[in-house]
Amino acid sequence: MDFWVNCLVVLIAMTNLRLLGSSRVVSCVHTVAFQGVLLGVLAIVGASGGLAAHGIVLAAVNIVLKGLVFPWLLMRALRETHLRREVEPAIGFGASMLLGVLLIGICLWIGSRLPLPVGVQASPLLVPAALFTLMVGLFMIVAGRKALTQVVGYLSIENGITAFGLGFALKEALLVELGILLDAFMAVFVMGIIIFHISREFDHIDAGELSALKD
Amino acid sequence: MIVALILLPTFAAAAVLAIRSAAARRTLLVLVALGHAGLTAATFVRPAGPQLGGWLLLDPLGAVFLAILSLLFLTAALYGIGYLAREARRPTGLADEGFLATNQPEAVFTACLLMFLATMTLVTVSHNFGLLWVAVEATTLASAPLIYFHRQKRSLEATWKYLLVCSVGIAVALLGNFFLAIAVTEPDGRSIPLVLNDLLAAADQLDPTWLKATFLLFLVGYGTKMGLAPLHTWLPDAHSEAPSMVSALLSGALLNCAFLAILRILQVCSAAGLAGFAQPLLILFGLLSMSVAAVFIIRQDDFKRMLAYSSVEHMGLLALGVGLGGAATFGAMLHALNHSLTKGMLFLVAGNLLAAYRTKSVAGTGGAIRVLPVSGALWIAGILAICGSPPFGPFVSELAIIKAAFDQNATWVAVAVLSLLAVIFIGMAAAMLRMAYGAPPERLAAETRPREQACTFLPPLALAVLVLVLGVYVPPVVEDALRLAALALGGRQ
Repeated sequence: MDFWVNCLVVLIAMTNLRLLGSSRVVSCVHTVAFQGVLLGVLAIVGASGGLAAHGIVLAAVNIVLKGLVFPWLLMRALRETHLRREVEPAIGFGASMLLGVLLIGICLWIGSRLPLPVGVQASPLLVPAALFTLMVGLFMIVAGRKALTQVVGYLSIENGITAFGLGFALKEALLVELGILLDAFMAVFVMGIIIFHISREFDHIDAGELSALKD
Repeated sequence: MIVALILLPTFAAAAVLAIRSAAARRTLLVLVALGHAGLTAATFVRPAGPQLGGWLLLDPLGAVFLAILSLLFLTAALYGIGYLAREARRPTGLADEGFLATNQPEAVFTACLLMFLATMTLVTVSHNFGLLWVAVEATTLASAPLIYFHRQKRSLEATWKYLLVCSVGIAVALLGNFFLAIAVTEPDGRSIPLVLNDLLAAADQLDPTWLKATFLLFLVGYGTKMGLAPLHTWLPDAHSEAPSMVSALLSGALLNCAFLAILRILQVCSAAGLAGFAQPLLILFGLLSMSVAAVFIIRQDDFKRMLAYSSVEHMGLLALGVGLGGAATFGAMLHALNHSLTKGMLFLVAGNLLAAYRTKSVAGTGGAIRVLPVSGALWIAGILAICGSPPFGPFVSELAIIKAAFDQNATWVAVAVLSLLAVIFIGMAAAMLRMAYGAPPERLAAETRPREQACTFLPPLALAVLVLVLGVYVPPVVEDALRLAALALGGRQ
């Protein structure tokens, strides 16, 4: 079982590099959706000591929401706004990839410095992978110039944090977990609406142009 | 009773979407606000029992914040009748935008307003840390459409910033929740439920390293929402672009909710003997926020942004008061009340000024005392109050915090706070004088002005009276409630 958990964790980390390297918004959306599905699988594989109803429900909601509903919402926003499909990041792809590799190193180092309490059992790769996903998300929000890639970055942050929780099989109550997913859903939904308005008001969704308000 | 407090606005929000008559919607808004205030008052007479196995519980600390929220919402709702009617007739399209903006459908706006009340109420009664997180994030989502009431580019930009910055900030707090879940895992793999009272009871069994990391993540995460510098970037934009009655709620109620979330983890840290780690951090963030606010208040030409930075300042002061601990904790609780009432009143008055002058520029808003006699006078009183001048409430609470700092030999903190308050006073007073007594723009000086309508100035006037009363005399009921809240935070006295 540990082997499969490790494989999943490594796969999740690799999707981040794909996020950094893809030049099209569509493939960003697909990649982050794939990440969500991997998380659902992680919830099943990571549930040590048999599958409880808790784990199954959580995995199913994760896969449906992050693998199907979110990409559908985002693709709809993409279609309705008729924007150009290139990512056009503020930092080039080569530099982004290089930074990604650097981030992996940093995350592995941080992971080695965080001693887990005795009662917690998990793959040693989990903390670095979750942190890496989180940091790539942050990077996408900061460097991404399009509102839509910023949403993808937000989802990546969300995924990284979920990976942390699922990988440790932390026992939050099911109601809370579902609440968290519901909030994420509403966030993407509201962001989608706002993106639609941005594209209508500004004729583009270039967040770099949102700069009228400052001191 | 707790469940009723949350469900009442939730159901009303659904109902509002179905109601076609504008008058009926506004009446329902006020009725719900009245009902909410009534229920809240009832919880003080007969304490409500725990719900959902202790997940929902109204403790003294939550009760203080619930009362502030309920009172402020009632005032804003009453103000809303006149405000929404005025907006429906003539939307406040800003002159610098170059065109008249359309407004969001009023039904959607009212529904979001009610959901905002429901989610903030949930924050004040959540005792499970996961549920608390869900509630705080929900407040962001319910309030984002409110900021985008005036459909124009600037408010759209503010909404996007608010949504993104706060969502990312709160995501950090979610990581904090998972860190907390690791901190409560015992060596045999069992774990303590993430419910406040259970955590307080078993505080000595928590892993201190992970608890410290949890506190840091909560402080950064919820601190973003609370508007602590340097994480406050969304705040001035959202507060200045939102309709004034929403700004009043954002500043007076929402920031408090985020503060409450930080106080919850502070309670756990204090019980685990980590107060010595947590409190200096709060003082640091507090002083930083006050400094940043001081820099931006001086020479600020947008009066709503000025009020927003003043909120950053006062959130800093609250963090600082709790960080000092002891008697300053009581001061911080009193100040939370005073700040909410004063800032709520100021934003409502700012709405009146904005409606008459159609600009947020200090320079373009001269002669307010002649153009709008009542609102102008309230504006002067409000600015004096928020700067901590006697005889208003904030003076008493700021004095309590500063006196506690001197008593604890934290002299340099007290001196820093005093000098920052002085700088901010100068900045705000200068703007206030120009606005109140400067020359009014020709358009308003010449035309025969209609008299101010009572519905626009009575709600802020009521708040002003409360602030004045609190400056002279704190009623025993209020004092007891605040003392109990301070006691829950480990403050003495």
